[in-house]
Amino acid sequence: MCGKLMSLEMGRPNYALEIATHNDFGCMNIHFVLLVSRQGKVRLTKWYSPYTQKERSKVIRELSGVILNRGPKLCNFIEWRGYKVVYKRYASLYFCMCIDEADNELEVLEIIHHYVEILDRYFGSVCELDLIFNFHKAYYILDELLIAGELQESSKKIVARIISAQDQLVEAAKEEASSISNIIAQATK
Amino acid sequence: MEQLKTIGRELAMGSQGGFGQSKEFLDLVKSIGEARSKAEEDRIVLSEIDILKRRLLEPDVPKRKMKEYIIRLVYIEMLGHDASFGYIHAVKMTHDDNLLLKRTGYLAVTLFLNEDHDLIILIVNTIQKDLRSDNYLVVCAALNAICRLINEETIPAVLPQVVDLLNHQKEAVRKKAIMALHRFHRKSPSSVSHLISNFRKRLCDNDPGVMGATLCPLFDLISEDVTSYKDLVSSFVSILKQVTERRLPKSYDYHQMPAPFIQIKLLKIMALLGSGDKSASEIMYMVLGDLFRKCDSSTNIGNAILYECIRCISCILPNPKLLEAAAEAISKFLKSDSHNLKYMGIDGLGRLIKISPDIAEQHQLAVIDCLEDPDDTLKRKTFELLYKMTKSSNVEVIVDRMIDYMISINDNHYKTEIASRCVELAEQFAPSNQWFIQIMNKVFEHAGDLVNIKVAHNLMRLIAEGFGEDDDDADSKLRLSAVESYLQIISEPKLPSLFLQVISWVLGEYGTADGKYSASYISGKLCDVADAYSSDENVKGYAVSALMKIYAFEIASGRKVDVLPECQSLIEELLASHSTDLQQRAYELQALIALDARAVESIIPLDASCEDIEVDKDLSFLNGYIQQAIESGAQPYISERERSGMFETTDYHSQDHHEVPAHALRFEAYELPKPSMPTQASTELVPVPEPSYYSDPHQPIPTSLVSERESSEIKLRLDGVKQKWGRPSYQSTTSASSTPQQSTNGTTTHSDGGAGSSSSKPRTSYESKKPEIDPEKQRLAASLFGGSSSSRTDRKSSSGGHKPAKGTANKAASIPKETPIPVQPQPDLLDFGEPTDTTVTATDPFKELEGLLDSSSHDGGGSTDVMGLYSDAAPVTTTTSVDSLLSELSDSSKGNARTYQSQTSKGPNSKEALEKDALVRQMGVNPTSQNPTLFKDLLG
Repeated sequence: MCGKLMSLEMGRPNYALEIATHNDFGCMNIHFVLLVSRQGKVRLTKWYSPYTQKERSKVIRELSGVILNRGPKLCNFIEWRGYKVVYKRYASLYFCMCIDEADNELEVLEIIHHYVEILDRYFGSVCELDLIFNFHKAYYILDELLIAGELQESSKKIVARIISAQDQLVEAAKEEASSISNIIAQATK
Repeated sequence: MEQLKTIGRELAMGSQGGFGQSKEFLDLVKSIGEARSKAEEDRIVLSEIDILKRRLLEPDVPKRKMKEYIIRLVYIEMLGHDASFGYIHAVKMTHDDNLLLKRTGYLAVTLFLNEDHDLIILIVNTIQKDLRSDNYLVVCAALNAICRLINEETIPAVLPQVVDLLNHQKEAVRKKAIMALHRFHRKSPSSVSHLISNFRKRLCDNDPGVMGATLCPLFDLISEDVTSYKDLVSSFVSILKQVTERRLPKSYDYHQMPAPFIQIKLLKIMALLGSGDKSASEIMYMVLGDLFRKCDSSTNIGNAILYECIRCISCILPNPKLLEAAAEAISKFLKSDSHNLKYMGIDGLGRLIKISPDIAEQHQLAVIDCLEDPDDTLKRKTFELLYKMTKSSNVEVIVDRMIDYMISINDNHYKTEIASRCVELAEQFAPSNQWFIQIMNKVFEHAGDLVNIKVAHNLMRLIAEGFGEDDDDADSKLRLSAVESYLQIISEPKLPSLFLQVISWVLGEYGTADGKYSASYISGKLCDVADAYSSDENVKGYAVSALMKIYAFEIASGRKVDVLPECQSLIEELLASHSTDLQQRAYELQALIALDARAVESIIPLDASCEDIEVDKDLSFLNGYIQQAIESGAQPYISERERSGMFETTDYHSQDHHEVPAHALRFEAYELPKPSMPTQASTELVPVPEPSYYSDPHQPIPTSLVSERESSEIKLRLDGVKQKWGRPSYQSTTSASSTPQQSTNGTTTHSDGGAGSSSSKPRTSYESKKPEIDPEKQRLAASLFGGSSSSRTDRKSSSGGHKPAKGTANKAASIPKETPIPVQPQPDLLDFGEPTDTTVTATDPFKELEGLLDSSSHDGGGSTDVMGLYSDAAPVTTTTSVDSLLSELSDSSKGNARTYQSQTSKGPNSKEALEKDALVRQMGVNPTSQNPTLFKDLLG
């Protein structure tokens, strides 16, 4: 169904038509994740379905136009071109995820919250600034949470563990580097 | 103090890798952050692109630098600019041995590249190598990349290794391997079809994370083929049971619900397995009942599970007790203040209504509230519900509502959808044809260009065929009413093209049928249409055909035809039209007027639009002519296929045979221009008619072409084409005037004029018909739910149904007056919007902060200073953010967060304060001026 609608709308039949099976239930598949600030600035984007750069900008423009202007008491969902976008505001940041029409919106809302909680745990009271300067870390964390648009891990602890394992490796690499440079420095003295 | 600050800053800069980026990068982010307009931002990014292009070209860029450049590329791409010039460097970085760099490389390529990108081929080798690594983090990074980058062609290259990894000792690797296999299955089911048993095996994995991940591919597999997984029903049920009994590790709890995401996934799978299967459903009843009892409807996640239960119950074989429980859950949703839950309630109602149609009645007030809600999302969902519960007794009210809403919105996508729904409902349940035509008129008027062309043809057919019974009187009444309404509408400005086509067709066919309107009146109107929409060839074509019919009927009935002067000028204009189709129609019209009554009658018989027209495909009547031509030396006709085979030489011909299997790669485009043979001219001539005719086997036409003579006189031949092509197309025009179905054929050959006409305009002409709907509106609820507004009812809901209806109508009327709640400039941090808000006792944020301060000051004396530092650095922020910090989090997570913070408050919190301080100072970001909320915690 969504295929038909998409082609009507965009005149572009291959627009994110990756979803092979689309039954009444819809497979849990997130098409993209979008973080936009209240000023409409993009903080993070992750596309699980193929979109060209042009489409991406269009999607971002369109969605932030709609979402940023919605009142606080309204639904956290919007219907958009045969898809559904679930969004939630945290402080000045909007977290948006695009899903199929037949998906469970409340669940996706909780996935967003889950992500934010993990970010919070990682950064220690996460704020927008953390994400601005550490967007690549936010990406790493997202990659541990979602894979190919599916929720792969629902335990905060396990996500935290693997991320810290990666970070420790980074630390170790750094120490090594500094110790080497120390040795070099000492040697050249 | 000063010293401490410096130490702190250094500590902050050093400890976190992320803040270790160069000044340059921080400046970039900062300047983007301060950009006031998109244009300014673009300018900054463009200059950054220039810088990066230069830097990347420098020889021997140190790796650390390169890593930063790549992150900057990611940043650029994130902002919507093209960073493709640097993709290759990201690819190179994946080759690096250092995991830190490799990880950055993988991150960048997964963000940059789509699976069909050319560079993928350069990564496959690295991925293969990394999958063999003995560091599980490297393997994980590679598996992450696989999920994004591997396409059908490259699956075999990594598949064996991925399968091996299913038994890796690290659960993180097993999980990702499962997800990768799942991905392969989606990309190309055949590539992994022999491995499907692995998914079943992994379902029994010791690690709940792996088990949870396995549910994703299983869901897909089961939705494709339910029957072969029926044996797993009891396994899934027992897993769900164990999950709800909290047998999984605590770490999977989320807001005090045991592994809710796994529960939801299981419920989805159960819904698939239980649908239409009695024994499977019966196994599930128990655990579903338990879930309803156990689910905590005060948290959002609890409601998510409840909603999934409702969905599951609506799919499996219904059980009265469970339906009751579901209905109860739905009514809780609907009664809630949260829009989200209302939305879910409406959705659930739409699902249950299929099973127990009565359920909606007790919620009629709530449904009408939602229908009147200012929230568009909720409104649309409610329309969807109404669409599902439409029956012949309430179709008028519902479609009317839908049309009103359709008129009010601008979103073309949804407008199309709702228009097609209106059409569908009207076609299915229309109480009368009159009503149907009215509704169609409205739909066309307001969403004309968005409606499928078939709808127009259906409408024309309906008018032509009437009721399908032998009630000619009623049919002609219907037609008359259609003609009358169209004559009213026709003079309105800017009607959609499709609607005008319908109008023209109906006026042409039936305008003069019962003698109420004179031929000159109707033809005048048609000329006006052709005049007013002179840029739309389709409309003009329809108008001219309609004119032709009007005149034909006049001639056939023996009346004298006087062509109006404006009509005459129209014909003359079209005779010289650039569109061959219009020209043709004009010529035909001109020719027809000159004919006598008998001939005209046989060309266009009166009211014969429903008659079938026999088409002599072989054009056998031309045989004599062909024979004659061949005898006088013309070449015989060579069919299209033979001709292309001949001039494209043999190798192309043989390729032609392979074309069907190898359709994925088509190379013909490159081969076309080379040959220049004598026959070419004639092949060039063939395409002159529209492509749709190209494949039609109108053999005799080109025969005569070829027979005409040599290739030099292309002009003359073109005439020939027109003439010869014209005959059959003449027939298709007559058929256009006859059956609507065929008229598609006629019109698709026109180039699309596409007069973009907006669809919002006064609809005064409908005023006269409105009163008949108005009283019905007042009984909205009754007519929606009671279904007894008139005598034709399926279910009498008597006076009881009417009384609440009055109330609802009043309520409905009062609701729009309520102004929507004004948007607060600075809403809560955590706008849960769920009942959580009401149930959770709001904790005092200051107290929480005090608690934090206390604990940290107990731990070490310096930490108060740290807090001081923080407030020092961002004096404004602290005050604003503290209010909004730590607002409501649902209980458990708050508990978690608090314990977490109290445990670690010394570490991250002070560090974080320092970091932020350092950052502020280093970058000179002044949070008060541009974006004070930057420092706000996203969570408490």
